[in-house]
Amino acid sequence: MNREVYKFLVLVAIVLLCPLAVHEGYILNVLVFVGIHTMLALALNLLLGYAGQISLGQAGFFGLGAYISGILTATHGVNPWLAMGEGAVVVTLLAFLIGFPILKLKGHYLAMATLGLGIIIYIVFNEAVDQTGGPSGLSGIPNLSLGGIIFDNDLKNYYLIWTFVLLSMGLALNLVHSRIGRALRAIHDSEVAARVMGVNARLLKVQIFALSAGLSAVAGSLYAHTMTFVAPASFGFNFSVELVTMVIIGGLASIYGSLLGAALLTLLPELLRAFQDYDIIVYGLLLIIMTMYMPGGLVKGVPALFSAIRSRLKRKPSAHA
Amino acid sequence: MLEIRGITQRFGGITALEDISFSVAKGDITGIIGPNGAGKTTLFNIATGIYSQTKGQIFLDGVDISRIPAERLARRGLVRTFQNIELFGTLTVLENVMLGLHTQSRCGMLACMTKMPWHIAEERRIRTKAMVLLEFCGITNLADQVAGSLPFGKGRLLEIARAMATAPRIMLMDEPAAGLNNRETNELALLIRKIRDAGVTVVLVEHDMELVMDICDRIVVLNLGQKLAEGTPREIQEHPAVIAAYLGEG
Repeated sequence: MNREVYKFLVLVAIVLLCPLAVHEGYILNVLVFVGIHTMLALALNLLLGYAGQISLGQAGFFGLGAYISGILTATHGVNPWLAMGEGAVVVTLLAFLIGFPILKLKGHYLAMATLGLGIIIYIVFNEAVDQTGGPSGLSGIPNLSLGGIIFDNDLKNYYLIWTFVLLSMGLALNLVHSRIGRALRAIHDSEVAARVMGVNARLLKVQIFALSAGLSAVAGSLYAHTMTFVAPASFGFNFSVELVTMVIIGGLASIYGSLLGAALLTLLPELLRAFQDYDIIVYGLLLIIMTMYMPGGLVKGVPALFSAIRSRLKRKPSAHA
Repeated sequence: MLEIRGITQRFGGITALEDISFSVAKGDITGIIGPNGAGKTTLFNIATGIYSQTKGQIFLDGVDISRIPAERLARRGLVRTFQNIELFGTLTVLENVMLGLHTQSRCGMLACMTKMPWHIAEERRIRTKAMVLLEFCGITNLADQVAGSLPFGKGRLLEIARAMATAPRIMLMDEPAAGLNNRETNELALLIRKIRDAGVTVVLVEHDMELVMDICDRIVVLNLGQKLAEGTPREIQEHPAVIAAYLGEG
């Protein structure tokens, strides 16, 4: 069997079996967040890692998905699945339209423009009090349900979210190993040469931006329906930056890297609780050390670390002999 | 086949090209030569839709292509290579050539994401075609290497294979021999002839006079943005203005 398929099946098995090892609701809840963050990091990685286009407004799309789902279901009584679909479609189209002017920009200018976009969306969440409930948030969002099963506890949510994670990872893996994925990486390497080869770089960048926004919106809907409450604070600029950090720490242009980065940055604050007030310092130091010594991200750095340790272990006995 | 008509290009106050006109016959290998700064690469950038000229037109088989953006020219059968090879460094050699086949495949994002049967079939077709082109350029053994790690000479061959993948009718090559050693330059000459024999019209900008005189059917000489002369290699070699420009006589 194909190596890619094999790797993916191992991941599916780990995801399925994980709840057997951990029963605590608290840990499952953290894993739900790992899942949502993975989807978001994945969405950003398609744009940033593959096409080489930065977005500092991803939290905005995430929030739009969450709020569209929340408002439609909690205020207007729409079916949650329908609301999720609507959120995804609206955000994808919105990003598609905004993408045309915004993706003409490059580098720092694109970063500024997407940052502005994220901030505008954040302000709307705060100010459109009638619709969003303003800074105090929107509550009473119903859980998703499927054929009589209501996703209302940590275990069910875990399986719900991770089904979506695996699905989006599978689709993304297919995409990056196709002509579209090649074209995205080609644009990243040399946009001029890609255009000369007949790649419509401008359209493709807009398309991947829209796809990235749409996937973030789905993650937002899932977030809204599992938490049953949304507030603007979860969708601010800081979170957009955290997503960029996840992608870079995990590994640019790597689907599995998105998972690793999201997992590390979600689990690390929990693990660092032991340091109490100093946790944020340790957190920052770890990130600095990792970017310095693992420039390819965890996905390249960890295997390199293992092989380095292995070769050192092999050398030691021979030195004694 | 390709007709340059009255091309003028100004960058601010500098005139890079002044009223350049000449035409390229189908099936010929045409060389464009001239000292540094003559405007050769600028002319290529205009012809391939990367710059927009100040004045003039470029016709490909009678159609004015001078305002058509680069990405739409590949479908019309015009392709180029770059002076400082522009490979896709993170892609493998094979993937680089497969990218050249981008316009000959059409699966959209949805079909690619869901791995539809027709997408798998298309992918297989492109891969086979790309392998044939690697063979054509003699780099089959490098197929799975990352393009960024290739030595310069091999990179040049890959760039040509990738350009051939677009099924061009005309190929513009910007200094294909730059940075190559003697043996590699000889191989390149053979390859360029092979490309012409495959039915592709070739235009090349080149500094290596031996190569140009050896393989070109016609030569156009530019100097300081103006056309100095045009003719067969023999005519050019004996042209007084060309000799003056190259030897620096006033």
